[in-house]
Amino acid sequence: MPGELSVSLWRGGERGRYETYRVPRCESQTVLDVVTFVQRHLDPTLTYRFACRVGVCGSCAMTVNGRPRWTCRTHVAKVAGDDRLTIGPLENLRIIKDLATDMQPFFEKWQQAKGAFEPSKTKADPIEQIRPDDPARRLADAAIECINCGVCYAACDTVRWKEDYLGPAALTRAWTLVNDRRDTGNAARLQAVAGAGGCHSCHSHQSCQELCPQALNPTAAIAGLKRRTVAAYLKGEIAP
Amino acid sequence: MNVKLYVWQRATAAIMVPLVLVHIAVIFYVSRRSLTAADILSRTHGSVLWAAYYGLFVATASVHGGIGVRNVLLEWSPISERNADTFAFLLGQFLLWTGAYTVYVLVLA
Amino acid sequence: MTVAGLKHRDSALWIAALVHRISGLMLAIFLPVHLHMLGLAVERGAALDAFLRWTDQPLVKFAEGGLVFLLTVHLLGGLRVLVIENFAWRDGQKQLATLAAAVAAVIAFIFLVRAL
Repeated sequence: MPGELSVSLWRGGERGRYETYRVPRCESQTVLDVVTFVQRHLDPTLTYRFACRVGVCGSCAMTVNGRPRWTCRTHVAKVAGDDRLTIGPLENLRIIKDLATDMQPFFEKWQQAKGAFEPSKTKADPIEQIRPDDPARRLADAAIECINCGVCYAACDTVRWKEDYLGPAALTRAWTLVNDRRDTGNAARLQAVAGAGGCHSCHSHQSCQELCPQALNPTAAIAGLKRRTVAAYLKGEIAP
Repeated sequence: MNVKLYVWQRATAAIMVPLVLVHIAVIFYVSRRSLTAADILSRTHGSVLWAAYYGLFVATASVHGGIGVRNVLLEWSPISERNADTFAFLLGQFLLWTGAYTVYVLVLA
Repeated sequence: MTVAGLKHRDSALWIAALVHRISGLMLAIFLPVHLHMLGLAVERGAALDAFLRWTDQPLVKFAEGGLVFLLTVHLLGGLRVLVIENFAWRDGQKQLATLAAAVAAVIAFIFLVRAL
């Protein structure tokens, strides 16, 4: 398959710049293939992340022609109109170098949203019977497949505009636990997502929902959290 | 934004849905006519209904606008949370009392 | 920050949220003016009469049409948020958002046609 791509890659840190490379096109090429080609054949100093290369780990997320995506699952043929690609690191995260960002705040907000399971039983207790068609379980299952790739966080303008906003991924995880009957941490969890930076800052732009590679819907999860926190607040169970 | 401000924001919004619809109807009714102050006053003066309607509208709009502007300031300007709170509170108060005076003028004066 | 002009901002729903915000800001600026003008009805409203005659001009009517658009679009944008937050998720929101903007424009247009 003939042809060449003109690929602009972000180089450097926060004050870096785009540099352009020429990369030969080939059949079924992905954006990750392109980045890998540059690092292996053109510039070994290029820094980027990947792991599985098959769309199950979420490590290779970058901004491609203005949208955060998994580069291993983005076919060049789909996005490189007129043979041009612009690839940068994920937005809303500090750039470490080139295409790699510091994901620490993303994970810290996961903890701040109380996105960790709080057990209520010991191994001596009988197993909690939860039917998969239980309504709350359905809600949790619809939101549970998050692999922390950061695409939603990078796409979210409220994250961009509010430094303390917990973000779509952390709030979606909190929502799955709010719907988990086995979990005992909901008083603290609802409190955690009801303060400044909590779910109420979401404006339903839905960039998260539109771009999530796992087809999750953080906007809907956050709407659910809004309803639950309002009910808890009106009952006096939480205070802002 | 937190759950308390959110509740006030959404509650005032919901209350204003029918109020705004009525207001748009009033605007349309009035748009065909060349109004004078006497026309307006003849309808509003002494009317408990207009006082209640516009009184409620002014109160809810003041709260809703204050919280809305606060959020915009926090997200789009560099001012601190404390200053945004103060500005929004003052804006809400300004709308409330200007509105209350206007309702008073139209209904009672 | 690196990429300017992030492409997700061309979504109808993102634009709906922006229009909702901008219209709210403009209404918040307009409202004190509106209330003040009506307050001129004090003392039998001679001052208000002068203002009302000024508003009969076509250019002012256009501005009023713009205000009707702002109010209607802010209402519809607010309904979008209230529905997402309080009712079951629905598909087709982008089409609804676009329709809402069109409805607001039509209402403002009808106002202008009647008023001019």
